[in-house]
Amino acid sequence: MALDAGLVGRSYPPSAVYEVGRAKIAEFAAAVGATDPAHTDPAAARALGHADVVAPPTFAIVVTLGAADVVIADPDVALDYSRVVHGEQRFTHHRPIRAGDRLVSTTTIEAVRTVAGNDMLTTRVDVATEDGEAVCTATSLLVARGTA
Amino acid sequence: MSARLRAADVAVGTELPERTHRLTRADLVRYAGASGDLNPIHWSDRVATGVGLPGVIAHGMLTMGLAARTVTDWAGDPAAVVEYQVRFGRPVVVPDDDAGAEVTVRGKVGAVLDGGRVRVDLTVTSGGEKVLSLARATVALA
Repeated sequence: MALDAGLVGRSYPPSAVYEVGRAKIAEFAAAVGATDPAHTDPAAARALGHADVVAPPTFAIVVTLGAADVVIADPDVALDYSRVVHGEQRFTHHRPIRAGDRLVSTTTIEAVRTVAGNDMLTTRVDVATEDGEAVCTATSLLVARGTA
Repeated sequence: MSARLRAADVAVGTELPERTHRLTRADLVRYAGASGDLNPIHWSDRVATGVGLPGVIAHGMLTMGLAARTVTDWAGDPAAVVEYQVRFGRPVVVPDDDAGAEVTVRGKVGAVLDGGRVRVDLTVTSGGEKVLSLARATVALA
């Protein structure tokens, strides 16, 4: 079933606060093979000018994956998640994510398309501190194979 | 600790050190837990083949994360990547054995931008096939 073009621009209420912990950054860094001490050693991070350990460039997915569940839960979004693969991903970092950050994510449907029998949904998650400082924008393209 | 790379030391065409990673099922399980992406196509052959995949595949985000390291190690600061995007062109199939799959990451400076920033174009392959396309990072150098 094709996705409703009227969904474009739909935005969801902000997520609960996600507090970034040093242990979570270390765990994620290990999982992507990132060995730079700035992920695990606050002194090494400070030597590079960061206030605390910093996250690898794709860490924001940990924050935004949960936030984007609001789209999956939206009954108006007729996407067959059993057929979904990740098509594209982009992160724009306004500043690094670091331990101690208290982050709020706001998800918006940016585009819907049908191409070659596949339904495609683009979501944008704007990640900011709870005080409103922009931190990261994550854009994801999801493709439901052969559903349109 | 590596020193931060200076923009003055790079030019269009500068190549980044090539890196090859080996991915086994254990790496997929570790990434699933760390990321919270528990989609069974990344750990269950039954589910993966049931939806038409050749077998369990690596998380695209794991491949993207591995490829980032080539850039951050080169730049000397993991926070130097200000923009990073990829298209997941072809899945990395990870067999249930000790050898797993190999992912090779190559990078080259594609453009020198304003303000000490450069664009790095990445070529990421597994088994000789490109698995990411349009993979590029904008990096703020010292």
